[in-house]
Amino acid sequence: MKNARVALIVVLSMIFAAQAFAAPDESAVEKGQKVYQKWCFPCHGTGSGKPATDLLAARDKGSRPAALEERTDLSAPLIKMFVRHGVMFMPTFRKTEISDADLDALSAYLTRNNKR
Amino acid sequence: MRIPPGVSSKDFSSALQEFEAAVGKPWVFTSDEDLDLYRDSYSPVWNEDEEPIPSAAVAPDGVEQVQAIVRTANKYKIPLWTISTGKNLGYGGSAPRLRGSVVLDLKRMNRVLEINEKNHYALLEPGVSYFDLYQYIHERQLNVWIDPPDPGWGSPVGNSLERGGGYTPMHDHFDAVCGLEVVLPSGEVMRTGMGALPGAKTWQQYKYGFGPHVTPIFSQSSLGIVTKMGIWLLPPPEAYLSGTVMVWKHHDLIPLVEIFAELQDSGIIRGTTSFASPFWLGPPNPELDSLRASGSVKPLEDYAERKKIPYWSLPLPFYGPAKVVAAQWEYAKEKFSSIPGVTFQDGPSHRFPLGAEELAKIPDTVPLGIPSLHIFSLLPPGSQGHIGFSPILPMSGEALLEAMTVFDRVHSELGAGRAALVVLTSFPRALVIIDLFPVERNVERNRKTREIYRRLIKEAAAHGWGEYRTHTTFMGDISNTYSFNNHVLRRFHETIKDAVDPNGILSPGKCGIWPKHLREEKA
Ligand SMILES: Cc1cc2nc3c(=O)[nH]c(=O)nc-3n(C[C@H](O)[C@H](O)[C@H](O)COP(=O)(O)OP(=O)(O)OC[C@H]3O[C@@H](n4cnc5c(N)ncnc54)[C@H](O)[C@@H]3O)c2cc1C
Repeated sequence: MKNARVALIVVLSMIFAAQAFAAPDESAVEKGQKVYQKWCFPCHGTGSGKPATDLLAARDKGSRPAALEERTDLSAPLIKMFVRHGVMFMPTFRKTEISDADLDALSAYLTRNNKR
Repeated sequence: MRIPPGVSSKDFSSALQEFEAAVGKPWVFTSDEDLDLYRDSYSPVWNEDEEPIPSAAVAPDGVEQVQAIVRTANKYKIPLWTISTGKNLGYGGSAPRLRGSVVLDLKRMNRVLEINEKNHYALLEPGVSYFDLYQYIHERQLNVWIDPPDPGWGSPVGNSLERGGGYTPMHDHFDAVCGLEVVLPSGEVMRTGMGALPGAKTWQQYKYGFGPHVTPIFSQSSLGIVTKMGIWLLPPPEAYLSGTVMVWKHHDLIPLVEIFAELQDSGIIRGTTSFASPFWLGPPNPELDSLRASGSVKPLEDYAERKKIPYWSLPLPFYGPAKVVAAQWEYAKEKFSSIPGVTFQDGPSHRFPLGAEELAKIPDTVPLGIPSLHIFSLLPPGSQGHIGFSPILPMSGEALLEAMTVFDRVHSELGAGRAALVVLTSFPRALVIIDLFPVERNVERNRKTREIYRRLIKEAAAHGWGEYRTHTTFMGDISNTYSFNNHVLRRFHETIKDAVDPNGILSPGKCGIWPKHLREEKA
């Protein structure tokens, strides 16, 4: 019985590890890019007049990229936290704006270059 | 489960089931987690008992679904609060006025129904944002300009109904509205203006239709749910040219405003601008503020001269044919030259359409009809949002000087330093002065802000200045100031409200108008 539970835990942890390290699904990344372009780019994108990019650039002083798209250290829970709770002057985004499925795709896009 | 006031949990459950049947289960939100997304991110009553958190949200995708929701709301007397894009930040976000209302979220109704390039108009659903509309036009290379307000994530429908403003010659947004489709509190669909004529060919070309003109009573209103709106667009101008007028003495503000008013009322200046002064307007500056402590303007004028910083400056935007805008700027300079010592500076100018490279270098594209979020770059560091007290002043330098003094006095009497003021020319023949207050997730500081805000409402009203629009928290206070002849205007609104919305289901409390059953309690 005990061995069976250990086996189950081992298998489950392998599944989770596999999920954590799996390359993101291509179509999710593509969809996520569209979500990013529509909802995040006006504040977090590259180019002039992007308030969040400017703020992050001032805060991080070149220690990491200021545009979210270029980051490799974001995680899905963190992205979800900011989208659903907001931060500073960034408001919350409702599910009629960014659905849960869109948010998953957005996370796939913004974590696509993370080291695995 | 959160429940609307005065509704039994049994009735609310039945209503929610009917909402689900109308729009589909995924589009009725009732969990705390989902409803928190409808809280006002810039709330000045965050986490206080009076914070108006909704009991549910329902998101239809068509007029028939809106009608079904309204019928159910009537059956169970459920208060609904309508939003289009729900980005009314600074004025209540997507949260209702009455705690426990059900938010009717029209974001999914996001179709551009028509764009006419010959007569320059659009017919839109409520969920179309300024970003969406621009994208739609840009992708199809249509020959029209839109007029966005500073943040592009709001909607022509939500913003125009709030009587918001932008920067191009179409800057008075409600003035650009032509024809509405409205779901009435009864659930019937009505079209205003020419739309009342079946098969009308001019719904978006002629505003007034026949008989009493009712389109305006749906702005800042709780009388209907707008499901389609016609708005006028601008033919793309050939050129944009800007130049700044700078004057150096305190009282130069008086001729500066007077000459501006003449140019604006003559149609020579058609875009929105703002009056600026490092001494009186914009964010407080401890060095300059201390110069004012003497109570005399002389040290300020001396400082301006010594440092070559204009005491007042006024950027002027010109839109039109290249030859015409150049001549208009020359003419404006001639007019302002009657102010001794005036100086001028040429500003950016553009020919349209803009090339991609040129566009990428322009930080603030909003005055060029291209929505952005650039405005947030101008907020003070660490900002968590703000609310604005924004009364309408006469278009005169005397009024502006008086208002700045009154606002400063109120701030300093209440121990709040100098007011952070912005003065805009968004509406013809009047100025909007905006006193900006930071909002925080701090109950004590928000209470202090509300105290100052409420004092300003009273002081402004005593001077004959009333707000053009306000945050939900202060709607009752502002409505109280529009009290001519024993509040006859509010009583008139209430008479209409009771007649068209007898169950009081639509946006209770919007702009201080409560349905009969809540009127005494909320007065
Ligand atoms: C930094 C900053 C700068 C800003 N600059 C500007 C500016 O330049 N100009 C300006 O005008 N505003 C400005 N605002 C205020 C606000 O953000 C915008 O006005 C915004 O467009 C309003 O939100 P919305 O368009 O999403 O409208 P919504 O939130 O959808 O609607 C606003 C209100 O209108 C009513 N309403 C909406 N839709 C309907 C409907 N279909 N039927 C009936 N009633 C309806 C409701 O009462 C609703 O609460 C600014 C805010 C911030 C934070």
